[in-house]
Amino acid sequence: MKQITVISGKGGTGKTTLVGSFAALVENKVIVDCDVDAPDLHLLLHPEIIKKEEFKGVKVAVIDKTLCSECGTCEETCRFNAIASTEESGYAVNPARCEGCGACVFTCPQEAVTLKERVSGYAFISKTNYGTMVHAQLNIAEEASGKLVTVVRNNAQQVAEKEGCELILIDGSPGIGCPVIASLAGVDLALIVTEPTMSGLHDLERIMDVTRHFGIASAVCINKYDINEENSKRITEFCRQRGIQVVGNIPYDSVVTEAMVAGMPVVEFAEGVVSDAIKVVWDGIN
Amino acid sequence: MGRTMQQNGEPMIIAVASGKGGTGKTTVAVNLALSLSNVQLMDCDVEEPNSHIFLNPVIEEIKPAYTLVPRVNYDLCDYCGKCAAACEYNALVAVPQKEVMLFPELCHGCGLCSLVCPQDAISEEPREIGVIKTGKSGDGNVDLVYGVLNIGEIMATPLIDQVKADLDPEKTVIIDVSPGTACPVIAAVQGSDYCILVTEPTPFGLYDLRLAVEVLRVLKIPFGMVINKAGIGDRKVYEYCEKEGIPILLEIPHDTRIARYYSEGVPFVKAMPEWKERFAGIIDKVLL
Repeated sequence: MKQITVISGKGGTGKTTLVGSFAALVENKVIVDCDVDAPDLHLLLHPEIIKKEEFKGVKVAVIDKTLCSECGTCEETCRFNAIASTEESGYAVNPARCEGCGACVFTCPQEAVTLKERVSGYAFISKTNYGTMVHAQLNIAEEASGKLVTVVRNNAQQVAEKEGCELILIDGSPGIGCPVIASLAGVDLALIVTEPTMSGLHDLERIMDVTRHFGIASAVCINKYDINEENSKRITEFCRQRGIQVVGNIPYDSVVTEAMVAGMPVVEFAEGVVSDAIKVVWDGIN
Repeated sequence: MGRTMQQNGEPMIIAVASGKGGTGKTTVAVNLALSLSNVQLMDCDVEEPNSHIFLNPVIEEIKPAYTLVPRVNYDLCDYCGKCAAACEYNALVAVPQKEVMLFPELCHGCGLCSLVCPQDAISEEPREIGVIKTGKSGDGNVDLVYGVLNIGEIMATPLIDQVKADLDPEKTVIIDVSPGTACPVIAAVQGSDYCILVTEPTPFGLYDLRLAVEVLRVLKIPFGMVINKAGIGDRKVYEYCEKEGIPILLEIPHDTRIARYYSEGVPFVKAMPEWKERFAGIIDKVLL
């Protein structure tokens, strides 16, 4: 079984457009959306949820007001600026900042603080016209997106084994941090989608440093390559120096946005230069 | 140049966020900064900071940023395992009579292990997670602070907090936020007086915008919208803003010249100065 993650460093370069199209082009795979805090792949693939599972991420500290003596020890202990006192309501925990470490629980002399589990999001297994899809949604303002990505990856593995799939196709999230690292762990290939802008080039270099750091084989695809062909050449040259193959150049075309508005993978929406280029990218990584 | 004082005379802190990546946060943050006077731009997208590409800054200071990780004094440790049992992140494993193993990439630096250790055997030492760079834009008009997370590092939030510790209370502060809705976004946006949400008028833009709006409602930060690449996609973002009563502060058209300047790393207000007034005009709309 092969696992491929599509990532980008920079946001909005076209990860989901590509993964949506690959889902339509390739047989016998599990489709995975590892962008758990701003997922979009479902807008192209229209999953019908067949299993929904609560995700308990980090715990949250809760102060029992009836026991609290307003001594302020918890606020002093907290390294995450998650506890503050207001005149009206006394000491309270800001759940958006609490990392659930329990240090305040330990130091409170009144034993007024406890850690409670909280539901931080949901993991889904769904049916689509293109095969089984595994995805999730982190609740608003939550921690632990990396942990939820790992839950999604484990679900995908189980589904792939059960259905005898040869491929796990993963849509990643922007950035280079916690959820991105979780979406890359142990995959066979990272397909990096970039764009020919100075930001795209800068962010490509950072995400390539990440895949190299973790020893993950990479390939690059330049989306909208024709909006600045000089920059596309620079990216190609940069990849050549790094020994990483550019597997395809996708031209800019409004058909991509039109397909998104229609809620369809672009290769199904219209034939043409974009769909042809996406097929070349897929052949290139296979 | 727009006025940037609130009614109480304090300069504003304005975050620029989006939900979806690549909608134009950095474009808005940089061009807005260049359209105002007495401005500090803080790039809190520490995973992929881009503002500096457009500002050609002269860097005056580079300082490392740290979190704390435990260090075990084996002259005192009796391998009781209380530290490992207390750690919510499984960052410590006690091997009886041998060692206490630390997985630094799992450690959140909360300090609980050193608090619970009955032998006082755990102290804390700094671990570098990234750097903070401070400087001025090439034209000298914008103060820039940005964080750069080390490769392979997951602890973005403490680095963002440390970037924000350099906030200049005398200046209008513009914060460039990372995409998404999770902890790095909260850390960057929290404490702002206002948030500009940048979206594109597409289904992906709208879906992620709704999530970002929910975040700002939870945090009780007032917000308005800048629509970038106006003209592509559909009208649903506009319908949503109207229904929710969200003000549209500015529309930036889908324009090949603007896209070209962006691709070259040129802030488009420099090449198209008529836009300076439009960006500065955002401030009049957001003044509290």
